[in-house]
Amino acid sequence: MEKFEVFTGVGVPLRRSNVDTDQIIPAVYLKRITKTGFEDALFSAWRNDPEFVLNQEPYKHGQVLIAGPDFGTGSSREHAVWALRDYGFKAVFASKFADIFRGNSGKQGLVTGVITEADTEKLWQALEANPGASITVNLIDQTATIGDLSVQFEIDEYTKWRLLEGLDDIGLTLRDEQAITDFEAKRPAWLPKTLPAKHQGA
Amino acid sequence: MTTKPLTLAEKVWNDHLVAKGENGSPDLLYIDLHLIHEVTSPQAFDGLRLAGRPVRRPDLTIATEDHNTPTWDIDKPIADPTSRTQIEALRHNAKEFGIRIHSLGDIEQGIVHVVGPQLGLTMPGITVVCGDSHTSTHGAFGALAMGIGTSEVEHVLATQTLPLKPFKTMAINVEGKLRPGVTAKDIILAVIAKIGTGGGQGYVLEYRGSAIRDLSMEARMTICNMSIEAGARAGMVAPDQTTFDYLKGRPHAPEGTDWDAAVEYWKTLPSDEGAKFDAEVNLDANTLDPFVTWGTNPGQGVSLLDVVPSPDDFTDPNDKAAAERALEYMDLKPGTKMKDIAVNTVFLGSCTNSRIEDLRAAAEIIKGKKKADGVRFMVVPGSARVRLQAEAEGLDKVFKDFGAEWRFAGCSMCLGMNPDQLAPGERAASTSNRNFEGRQGKGARTHLVSPLVAAATAIRGTLSSPADLEGAN
Ligand code: SF4
Repeated sequence: MEKFEVFTGVGVPLRRSNVDTDQIIPAVYLKRITKTGFEDALFSAWRNDPEFVLNQEPYKHGQVLIAGPDFGTGSSREHAVWALRDYGFKAVFASKFADIFRGNSGKQGLVTGVITEADTEKLWQALEANPGASITVNLIDQTATIGDLSVQFEIDEYTKWRLLEGLDDIGLTLRDEQAITDFEAKRPAWLPKTLPAKHQGA
Repeated sequence: MTTKPLTLAEKVWNDHLVAKGENGSPDLLYIDLHLIHEVTSPQAFDGLRLAGRPVRRPDLTIATEDHNTPTWDIDKPIADPTSRTQIEALRHNAKEFGIRIHSLGDIEQGIVHVVGPQLGLTMPGITVVCGDSHTSTHGAFGALAMGIGTSEVEHVLATQTLPLKPFKTMAINVEGKLRPGVTAKDIILAVIAKIGTGGGQGYVLEYRGSAIRDLSMEARMTICNMSIEAGARAGMVAPDQTTFDYLKGRPHAPEGTDWDAAVEYWKTLPSDEGAKFDAEVNLDANTLDPFVTWGTNPGQGVSLLDVVPSPDDFTDPNDKAAAERALEYMDLKPGTKMKDIAVNTVFLGSCTNSRIEDLRAAAEIIKGKKKADGVRFMVVPGSARVRLQAEAEGLDKVFKDFGAEWRFAGCSMCLGMNPDQLAPGERAASTSNRNFEGRQGKGARTHLVSPLVAAATAIRGTLSSPADLEGAN
């Protein structure tokens, strides 16, 4: 997982509330066997509509999403985060997130910042007045900035630390690598091993 | 030096502690055995690939194909594209990461929870994980065995450890002697009916008492298998001579002085005298009847001699509402005798009841009898080895003569991911572990039963026990 400190990318105003994970990625895509390549699945139902924001030229390359309240509700599928990430999004801002979605995001390196509804409206207006404008997300200061407009966002300390350090769950555990190796050295030799394979007599 | 008496589960936990969690963060536990199948592993391997991480211990990892595999025509290509893709992905991943795999057609292929014990890989006192909730099966050996999700599968592949939050312990004391026709399956169905599908939440269950001691390893596996249906994290039985005898001589069991060292350690594992459990439940084995489910969760069960309950029998409003919904889905009327319920299909299989003893017990009942007209009887051995063993004993012939379908090993109709499904509205007596809505096919109705009840039901066409058969004494 890459470290996240300061990132600048095209902002996308998504004027919808209650965007559930089924809308972020419909169930048909869950049959896949990969953890990447879900960019086509993101908001796939909405993307059939030429008017949808991600179908507008300056927003096609969006990397920072500003959405209405209650983003990521519904099924706990991690695929919702993968789809956003694979499309190119690095951060999502909303006044409220579903907890599980937020937890999944932190583990995959996607910043989810909570901003006030008033600030959401300000960011939407700034983006709509200047389509294709960039937003700078500063995780250290917890700010999102478009030109002169700068808003403060909230994120819990633990998730912030993980994102700044670029640690996924495995990365976190591997900080204890020495302890794992020490433990392995003390395991009795008779414990089961799958290799080399042994079989019952014929 | 502390002398606090410990439970079996606490001992295994302590012996696998790599790092103690601080300030409420989880403990890091070492994992001795990681079992893999095709459904929950592809994205875990993809995650490793993405991060450029290897599998830390391929020698503690083993894969088999079971959930999606066909049980007929296993030499033909798999028709369903999703199933085929998952299986091909597993084969590819096993090759790329150097993991031992037993594919369809291989002599060691089978349901992952049948294969591990059969090879002697499941041992007392070890930690076992698998991306499958019925991993609790392996607890029968006195192992701490837990089902995990796909991101945890990736975590174990990469680190051979798992961060785990502490658990509570519950003793399930089953004293007495089972009457003829009553089995391990009836014990666990009665336990779940008693404590409810959420009763074990946050607990590791330890099955204790004389009735448990009397059970074979395979019967203990049946019980531990369904711990998850009571909401528990795991279920365990302390290792004893029965456990050692089962393991001795298995392909991966320790040998020579290693065996002696292992047994010496295993003997230290049973819960200490005076160890404190956070909860205790008692069940009298002497009075237990064959148990069957009437509803759509494994806790909705009654004695086979009983009737379908009425929603009014339940005081808790949630239970009442659940019963109403279940009766509607199951198309059952309160007061109907359980024994009057007619089925279309009998399924003998799944990681709960597909081992050689289960097949022997069922074959014993149907031998020389006639199958009820119009009833379909599917027999699906838990592994290719079990199938071979049964054939060596002539059981396949007994089943075929009776009119049963003698199939190849896999999960099959336990969850209907392969073509083995019930049609909408069809009713089955099934030796599996879940009677959820749609589990065995869209709109399908499931009654969970023991292998003995399954066999007797196939003869009479309605839910029955061996005692109901002509000539039974
Ligand atoms: S037999 Fe059923 S419960 Fe067991 S592993 Fe297969 S699908 Fe799961």
